[in-house]
Amino acid sequence: MVRIARPVTVDEAVEALSEEPGAQLLAGGTDFCVEVNFGHRRPPAVVALRRVDELTHREVTDEVVTLGAGVTYSDLVGPLSGVVPALTAAARSVGSPQIRNAGTIGGNLATASPAGDTLPVLAALGARVGLRGPGGERTVALEDLVTGVKRTSIRPDELIVEVAVPRVRGSQQFVKVGTRNAMVIAIASAAVVLDRDRREVRCALGSVAPVPLRVPLAEASMADAIDWERMAAPAAALTSFGEIAAEAAAPISDHRSTAAYRRRAVAVICERAMRRCLRDAG
Amino acid sequence: MARDNVVAGATSAPPGEATGTATATVAPRVGDDAPRPDGIPKATGRFAFSSDLWIDGMLWGRTLRSPHPAARVRSIDVAPALALPGVWAVLTAADVPGRPTFGLEVPDQPVLAGDVVRYHGEPVAAVAADHPETARAAAEAVIVDYEPLTPLVDPAAALGSPPIHPDGNLFRHLPIRHGDPGATGTVVVEGEYEVGMQDQAFLGPESGLAVPADDGGVDLYVATQWLHVDRDQVAASLGLPVERVRLHLAGVGGAFGGREDVSLQIHLCLLALRTGRPVKMVYSRDESFFGHVHRHPARMWYRHHATAEGDLVKIEARILLDGGAYLSSSNAVISNAACFAPGPYRVPNAVIDGYVVRTNNPPCGAMRGFGSVQVCYGHEAQMDKLAAAIGVDPVALRARNALHRGDRLVTGQVLTGAVPVREVIRAAAARPLPAPADPDGPVIARPGGAGLTADPEDITRGVGFALSIKNVAYSEGYDDYATARLRLEAGAGGEPVATVVVATAEVGQGFVTLAGQIVGEELGVERVVLAPAGTAEVGSAGSSSASRQTWVSGGALQLACAAVRAELVSRAASKWACPTDAVEVSPGALRRSDTLERAGWAELLHPPIEVEEVYHHRPTRALDADGQGDAHLAMMFAAHRAVVDVDRGLGLVRVVQVATGQDVGRALNPLQVTGQIEGGIAQGVGLAVMEEIVLDTGRVRNPSFTDYLIPTTLDMPVVDAVLVQEPEPGAPYGAKGVGEPPAISSGPAVLAAIRDATGLPLSRVPVRPADIALADPSG
Ligand SMILES: Cc1cc2nc3c(=O)[nH]c(=O)nc-3n(C[C@H](O)[C@H](O)[C@H](O)COP(=O)(O)OP(=O)(O)OC[C@H]3O[C@@H](n4cnc5c(N)ncnc54)[C@H](O)[C@@H]3O)c2cc1C
Repeated sequence: MVRIARPVTVDEAVEALSEEPGAQLLAGGTDFCVEVNFGHRRPPAVVALRRVDELTHREVTDEVVTLGAGVTYSDLVGPLSGVVPALTAAARSVGSPQIRNAGTIGGNLATASPAGDTLPVLAALGARVGLRGPGGERTVALEDLVTGVKRTSIRPDELIVEVAVPRVRGSQQFVKVGTRNAMVIAIASAAVVLDRDRREVRCALGSVAPVPLRVPLAEASMADAIDWERMAAPAAALTSFGEIAAEAAAPISDHRSTAAYRRRAVAVICERAMRRCLRDAG
Repeated sequence: MARDNVVAGATSAPPGEATGTATATVAPRVGDDAPRPDGIPKATGRFAFSSDLWIDGMLWGRTLRSPHPAARVRSIDVAPALALPGVWAVLTAADVPGRPTFGLEVPDQPVLAGDVVRYHGEPVAAVAADHPETARAAAEAVIVDYEPLTPLVDPAAALGSPPIHPDGNLFRHLPIRHGDPGATGTVVVEGEYEVGMQDQAFLGPESGLAVPADDGGVDLYVATQWLHVDRDQVAASLGLPVERVRLHLAGVGGAFGGREDVSLQIHLCLLALRTGRPVKMVYSRDESFFGHVHRHPARMWYRHHATAEGDLVKIEARILLDGGAYLSSSNAVISNAACFAPGPYRVPNAVIDGYVVRTNNPPCGAMRGFGSVQVCYGHEAQMDKLAAAIGVDPVALRARNALHRGDRLVTGQVLTGAVPVREVIRAAAARPLPAPADPDGPVIARPGGAGLTADPEDITRGVGFALSIKNVAYSEGYDDYATARLRLEAGAGGEPVATVVVATAEVGQGFVTLAGQIVGEELGVERVVLAPAGTAEVGSAGSSSASRQTWVSGGALQLACAAVRAELVSRAASKWACPTDAVEVSPGALRRSDTLERAGWAELLHPPIEVEEVYHHRPTRALDADGQGDAHLAMMFAAHRAVVDVDRGLGLVRVVQVATGQDVGRALNPLQVTGQIEGGIAQGVGLAVMEEIVLDTGRVRNPSFTDYLIPTTLDMPVVDAVLVQEPEPGAPYGAKGVGEPPAISSGPAVLAAIRDATGLPLSRVPVRPADIALADPSG
């Protein structure tokens, strides 16, 4: 028998987690239930989060967009569309309408798949994740949350409450490569952000390393090449931005694709994403 | 919790209601756009599929499968599984009371593996328990001691390798020698082509319910394509006479050839008879990929000879199909592949060798298009090569060489039916091309779709054209028939009610509307009931495959209607004591032509009229040692023109439009024909750009819909279909089959369009992004 807790507040959820050893959190179930079906997950107890209204909160200020862990992809494509444009693009690329209605940003973070589509966006934007456990609240940078393939620094008695995404003046893009035009796991993805105030380029790659991968060398070389007054850059600089990013990638070959293709794809999508960012800004 | 989930997830439909085929239709006529009675229930989730079967007290079955593509089984210990509470039976090969093997053509496949396993996923044991989770645990608890062997996975090495089965590694070599083997042309083009392993990917997983019967037999409710051939195989392995094995059709969630072979039928019945309890089994999605045969992967070599003007002189071809571990319908698949290797073209001389071999890869068998699909990639690429070599338009070259009525196939068979090849070419080629890609249009409509990968400057458009040829129904002398029973009685208000009893499996092809249309057409009866299909009720209808049921079951029902009408006339003639030719029939009424006496049908329907008719299509013949003979009943032709947008940098493709001209003989339900065309094109597009079972030394790497990709709405092109209607002589209502052609040449047209857009030779499907993005542009 599986015991199911149905808390309605975050505090109750934390309590339920502590009370039931081995209890697992259930949000939209779009990863959870797949694992149950495959027999990879046999939870002795479940803490179901759907009734926890606090987790669906959202707040937009000039500095930061705060998204509750229970915000769904459909929320990001619908009511929150364009607030964080790259996140909206990532959300629209996820699954099918049914999956987007059920799947949450908190679940995507906690699953921490290399192919999790919100991860490179949140990494490029420097998002911070708020967690709560019996000892109270703490926040960690996305890079410190995701520690490996499907591994995180979330403690067994903690849950993700929210993610805070700094707002950036400048354009941003998310591009994802898969072998099908929709509902496909990323073979490679990239989020590119132009921060006009700081005159910084930020880029993170998905599906080509165990964790979302920032590419500092590529970012720096691109930032140098951009004429920030005119928001323009030579074509060759865009190409080399893609190439430097591709060199930093650490892709694998598997049944979905090959390392060689993934690396090529990174070069192409980084160049194109940057081209679009500059077009948007120019 | 798991138990509650299962209960909540199932419906409580008793078996009889779950068959999903009993319907009443308002009698439309042949040629009408008759809506499917099961259409809305399927779209709204109210249709009972075989996975919804439920009976109180039933047990749950589960199959234990080999994790190895090749291994010796040293021992199997079922004791730990039997020791689990709630486990009712654990069966192995030793528990099969009758014939230990099954198979569509030759019973070469073990019901449960004995001392050797020959493919990844081969069933080794079957379990029944009182809960699906218990059944799963029990299957895991069985201890099998395997000695893994080096699997034979390269079909090209099969003939030179030690046999992996007592029947040897060659299933069939079919040589075709036609005309002068020494003939040569002034223009010669050569090529090698490869087709990956496609899956039928039907959405309703294999499922069924076996209920032990009082007579020591069993009733099996199951989704299948051919009830009677399943019954015969089940009965043989149970060691029971066929009358004591009764199959009933349960709601079928797609088939496409993948339900022609036995999957869980025998296991379920064995478990039900052993436990004395009803047993249900539903494959999970991943198990489904191991539970049915796939489309044969192919390697092909072609050499075309032509005159300088472009007339085909000779075709040489070698076709190698990987049959996998067991025969299934491989012998018939290679027959199609070899016979139709040239495509729908006039070829005076041919040297063709078709081989299908046994390997330790998953078994391959029937799938929509059945052998014609693979060779279509070869012959159509060759026609494009030839056009380029000669410097003529590829569509014009096809028209120039197109088959006509009276021409011979390379098997020597003279085509006596409708052969509108030029007409289908013209129809497809005349459709307007889609507007050029709109640079301001939605990014999501470009290659890469929702991934937003492409800007207008990254995209190249290409156009490709392809033709196909495929036979209707079974070939090579097979006695291919269908049976129909028809009862006509008076309803409560005296109105005539017709009940159609056929074992025709409704797998989506649409016999559910056609039955009412035919009775409406022939007898004018408005109330037509299609009884549930079962083996105890009526004789065989043959398989719902090979695009044959409209012709064969349709033919049987047409005969039955004629017999009912004759009986009405004969009853009226004896009532009026007049000759039968003095009786005139109109819907619901009869009239004596000399006295103008009238009678309503209702007066004459006590007792009800009940007839049974069997329809055999014109006999076909075996092929001789040179592959010559009138082996096929009739041919279907199709032309497809594909327009694609290709992102060369990423190797991603968006198929924009597929225009098609299809030779249908006559469209008996144009709405349904269009549905078949759209669905077939989806499968054709899928094989061209994404669908492939990926194997790693015999192991299936992607048994899920996460990784076995099939087209979504964003991958599906706009379809512009023209039905070319030239009635087929000898076919009921002049109708040919329509299900397979859309799945045949649509894919090769897409591949040709990608070649056109990229300039790359691309000789393998599915085309992977890397094949384009990492290709050396110099060729
Ligand atoms: C058909 C299909 C298509 C998909 N396509 C994509 C895709 O294109 N891109 C993509 O990135 N993903 C995809 N996914 C994966 C999935 O939708 C996402 O990872 C989703 O965001 C998971 O969220 P959820 O709410 O469903 O989480 P659940 O499945 O409920 O949970 C996932 C994991 O997160 C944990 N968890 C949930 N909430 C919290 C919390 N608040 N704090 C801590 N841990 C928590 C759970 O314990 C569990 O381990 C797809 C899934 C399916 C089934």
